[in-house]
Amino acid sequence: MSNFPFAIRATLPTKPRDFVVLAFLILCLIFFLMPIYVMVVTGLKEATSVSLSSMWDLPTRLSGGGFMEAFQRLRPNMGNSLMIAIPATILSACWGSVNGYLFAKWKFRGSNVLFALLVFGMFIPYQSILIPLIQFLEILKLYGTIPGLVVVHVVYGLPIVSLIFRNYFANIPDEMIEAARIDGAGLFRIFTNIMLPLSLPAFVVVSIFQFTNIWNDFLFGVVILPNPQSQPVTVALNNLSGSFSVDWNVVMAGAITAALPTALVYIFLGRFFIRGLLAGSVKG
Amino acid sequence: MKSPATESNSAGTAEPVPNHRLPWTREKISRPRRFSDRLLAPLLLSPAMTLILIFVYVFIAITVWVSLSNWHTLKIDMSIREPLGATYGQMFMMPRWHANLRNVFIFTTLFLSFSLAFGLLLALLLDRKLIGHTIFRNVFLFPYALSFIVTGIAWRWIFNPETGINILIDALGLNKLIQAMGGPPLHPGWITDPTVLFSLNNWLGALFPPIKSMSIQLGIPMALIPVVIAAAWQLTGFAMSMYIAGLATVPHELREAARIDGASEIQVYTKVVIPQLNAVTVSTAIILGHVSLKIFDLIFAMTGVGPGFATDVPGIFVFEMTFKATRYNLGAAASVIMLLLVCVIIVPYLWTNLRKR
Repeated sequence: MSNFPFAIRATLPTKPRDFVVLAFLILCLIFFLMPIYVMVVTGLKEATSVSLSSMWDLPTRLSGGGFMEAFQRLRPNMGNSLMIAIPATILSACWGSVNGYLFAKWKFRGSNVLFALLVFGMFIPYQSILIPLIQFLEILKLYGTIPGLVVVHVVYGLPIVSLIFRNYFANIPDEMIEAARIDGAGLFRIFTNIMLPLSLPAFVVVSIFQFTNIWNDFLFGVVILPNPQSQPVTVALNNLSGSFSVDWNVVMAGAITAALPTALVYIFLGRFFIRGLLAGSVKG
Repeated sequence: MKSPATESNSAGTAEPVPNHRLPWTREKISRPRRFSDRLLAPLLLSPAMTLILIFVYVFIAITVWVSLSNWHTLKIDMSIREPLGATYGQMFMMPRWHANLRNVFIFTTLFLSFSLAFGLLLALLLDRKLIGHTIFRNVFLFPYALSFIVTGIAWRWIFNPETGINILIDALGLNKLIQAMGGPPLHPGWITDPTVLFSLNNWLGALFPPIKSMSIQLGIPMALIPVVIAAAWQLTGFAMSMYIAGLATVPHELREAARIDGASEIQVYTKVVIPQLNAVTVSTAIILGHVSLKIFDLIFAMTGVGPGFATDVPGIFVFEMTFKATRYNLGAAASVIMLLLVCVIIVPYLWTNLRKR
């Protein structure tokens, strides 16, 4: 990943063909921004001025629109999502870094098979483990609790996080480890003194990736936390949009509110975000 | 921070190392430590692997058991249902399940072809590095950062037949044009439309008569098209990013050489660049393909099961059967089929990718 694929170098359009390309890209840009435009203008309208026929129009007067009500309704659930996503991200990043290190640099007989068994876990449809998962959490008295959901996200995050770290550590030359070993460093010291100081970029990538995934999760949230008070924001947002007593401006404002944390992460740390999704998919 | 043991180690290596040391001396020094470290690695991996063993493999085994059991009420009943696999037989007789399989097949096909083609096109156009290309790229990938629930809510509003797209169709004068040509005004029902386009029942029924008596139409459900558009809106940026990363590995000399050899600009892409991207296409197709086989949140928030199960998919079927209808064995059976569908594409992918190393 050292050679980042997106070099910053732009040329001005000169040939007619370049202008056609630019025009097409601008059309695509409009298409990609359209739903965001709809969400923002609807969210900013007053309940009385949200009507089906004026959906594309800009709000006529400046006001908070549906945002006040949406924020009031979703604030507890935003807090829940943070209480789920932050500890789960930190725990899975730390644990995954150890696994990734071991799989990359301490191969043993059968370690590749174990790794394949681990990575398979990130592709399964989670529907196929939900029934036993709930029973298991009930036995542990974790069903319906936020710590229970944190455990679930940490465990099912292990495959992808270990994979990203393994791919990252695999790029660190074996000679460095060999040299450290000759100097008498063992498995732990190589990790803490050589690998960890080099792995800050990987931690950033993994944290952003996991935070986004966990924040956006819906299935685990809705199944493991039946109590509306402790549900994450995605589940609360879906409930909000499904109830007929709530106006559309509030729903759209709620959608923006719920999307804001991951959107901000993307806007400010987009570089790492792209690396994360490539690292999680491209092998080696 | 240094422990006595490590201090003595570093003191040991502080002595000048003789250059003429024989190769085996190094082996001799490091072997004991290496031996204990070799045992240490599996030991340190064991907690994570144990959890994965339980949370993935044991849980899947239990789900398979549930799918074969009599558990179809709130009361747990793990006794095996007679005859073996009866729940699967029951499920494959359900018209709703037929609709599910049709929908997930159509959805995957349309969504994959659209987002791969569109993603490749965008990547190639951005590869010209025209002014503003980083802005375009960042906007195209932005939806990937959003939750499927947010996407579903926004697009449900856009494809509401009373507003959204249909207002745009009117505003653009498209309907005036159609009416001027004598056609009826265009007012699609989008996500509320139960019609199935390009139904193949009669055609296939001629070849294989039982299809004629099927209760579902084999074709493209109209209501599924908006869902495909929403999914493509969210994930085309992913395909584009994969292709941009892939394009960066195609050496510029290769393109230059083709140009010098007299290849046209289109030939440079179709004959030289795109063939180099085959591996990227395969990985992207597999990743997006398994996402679309598992699709749940987006459809749940956008259309639900849809008119006449037009947008129902296995992900929603499992959820409703298990948690709404408490028919645990049926939900489990459907989830096992989902798992098998995902395995068909994921297992060969993992096999080839992890064996290469």
